[in-house]
Amino acid sequence: MTAAAVEPRPGILRITLGKGATRTKANIVLDGVFAILLLVGTFLGVLAVGLLLYSLYDRGWTRLADDPAAFFTNFVSRFPARAGIKAAIYGTVWLMGLTTLFSFPIGVGAAIYLEEFAKKNRFTNVIEANISNLAGVPSVVYGILGLGIFVRFFKMGPSLLAGGLTLAIMSLPIIVIAARESIRAVPRSIREGSLALGSTNWQTVRRLVLPAALPGTMTGVILALSRAIGETAPLLVIGAAVSIFNTPNDVRDPFSALPVLIFNWTSRPQAAFTDAAAAASIVLLAMLLAMNAVAIFVRNRFSTRW
Amino acid sequence: MTAALPRTGITRKRSNVSERVIVGLLLVCAVVSVLVTLGIIAVLAGETLSFFRSVNPFKFLTGTKWAPAGGSGAGGEYGVLPLLNGSLMIAGGALLVGLPLGLATAVYLAEYAPPRVRGILKPTLEVLAGFPTVVVGFFALNFVTPFLLRPLFGDDRVFIFNAAAGAIAVGLMILPLIASISEDAMRAVPQALREGALAMGASKRVVTLRVVFPAALSGIVASVILAVSRAVGETMAVTIAAGNTPQITTNFFGSIQTLTAYIAQTVSGEAAAGTVRYESLFAVGTTLFVLTLGMNLISARIVRRYRQEYQ
Repeated sequence: MTAAAVEPRPGILRITLGKGATRTKANIVLDGVFAILLLVGTFLGVLAVGLLLYSLYDRGWTRLADDPAAFFTNFVSRFPARAGIKAAIYGTVWLMGLTTLFSFPIGVGAAIYLEEFAKKNRFTNVIEANISNLAGVPSVVYGILGLGIFVRFFKMGPSLLAGGLTLAIMSLPIIVIAARESIRAVPRSIREGSLALGSTNWQTVRRLVLPAALPGTMTGVILALSRAIGETAPLLVIGAAVSIFNTPNDVRDPFSALPVLIFNWTSRPQAAFTDAAAAASIVLLAMLLAMNAVAIFVRNRFSTRW
Repeated sequence: MTAALPRTGITRKRSNVSERVIVGLLLVCAVVSVLVTLGIIAVLAGETLSFFRSVNPFKFLTGTKWAPAGGSGAGGEYGVLPLLNGSLMIAGGALLVGLPLGLATAVYLAEYAPPRVRGILKPTLEVLAGFPTVVVGFFALNFVTPFLLRPLFGDDRVFIFNAAAGAIAVGLMILPLIASISEDAMRAVPQALREGALAMGASKRVVTLRVVFPAALSGIVASVILAVSRAVGETMAVTIAAGNTPQITTNFFGSIQTLTAYIAQTVSGEAAAGTVRYESLFAVGTTLFVLTLGMNLISARIVRRYRQEYQ
């Protein structure tokens, strides 16, 4: 690093406190006003969370609590009172499984390669820059990718397989980043000890590094999955359906999913469908909350402190 | 990096072949991400090029009317500016909401909040960041418009589908992003700078505004650019709440259409493959991809520069 790069820019070095540094009455009042503004700003964000939850409760709770069994076991219907979320729940659970199946091994494999085996060269740099750029691509663009490649080119149609692959690709960069962080947190001394005893790089990774990094990786994977499960846009683009009246048996079957159903119900003019959308949103949020709770539990229960 | 460690003898030789196979497989996993990028570029570029065979690229980029042909019919006008206008309105409006609130939260968390309050606030913000976008869209359409905007500005002025509700929803979504990245940037400012200013008699406000804020500015700017990119890429909230009327306007209370909403609304209406309308999805997707990628790259560049300064 050159000396010029270390030196802070002149703007940072030359900090002037101005008249604010004197403790005049006006300044003391300003200090208070500033602190209050910060509190109000922060409070508004929290208030938004509260209002959001309240609006769901207000519109959806009666619909959900009225006859939960019917809501969960009915398929969709023209009549809002009879409409249920069975197909959407099945679709979402299938998608969750498929997404994990595709993204977990590849994501963790990529993370192991980059952390443990990759040489510092241009090729590695390209992969790394590429992964961080992919993390910022809007989800709807992943939908377009899924539509162009899986649905049309590989002729999978709007199937569970196409949906799972699309969500898996979307989650991949987040999983790689999370897995790399937890692999990096395993101290070097562990690896050196193992290597000194004569084990190979892969033996060291498989028997020591991976088990130690697993809880952190799992946490990251679950969080990435909960993000994926709440996504609507990519599924909409690849053609997830709403009018599904059976549960899928096969990855080639068409599917519905909770967020897609919520979108459909929200877009209908009848107020009763809006209530159903709120009820389905509560179910979706509960699922995401449960996944987050599992992630936090895994992190706290199994992670090793070095 | 373990690659730099001394190679060990006997065991290594025995498992040399399988070791190489495994490393090869891991390499394949890492290369998948590059394939994904190539896939995105190939799909977007391929369909966009065939779109440009029917629509003049210059007209696409400068046209002020977006009126896609219905069904499989030819014709229709494809000027992307109305959609771009919609996306920029949403991003601008979202910043108006998300930036002051996000920055206030960041400053409060980094400089003012006692650890216990911070321990409650941070997870709450993470909840906000984790809300599915379709649910936030529901909130915008069924709460923000009828119970906030309409009572404040009048039923006759505020349409049911309006840009303001979409912008507020997206603003709430970028709030946690701005708050957490800016907070990180402020926390990275060395304590000595704060102490120096405090020793000279500056109050906490003066320290925050004159020392911490300027020192963390590059990180804050990076977070804002990232937030704009996120806002432009946000799909569901604007699809639900902001309408589907592509037009060049500055009226936040009227219906608009963004780049993302056009994609979502057109695919729900089933555009047949091979038609100009179908290809227009990819042209709009390319526009979106280029815009967001550009902003993400600028933001990452700024973050890299600012990291060098405090190590």
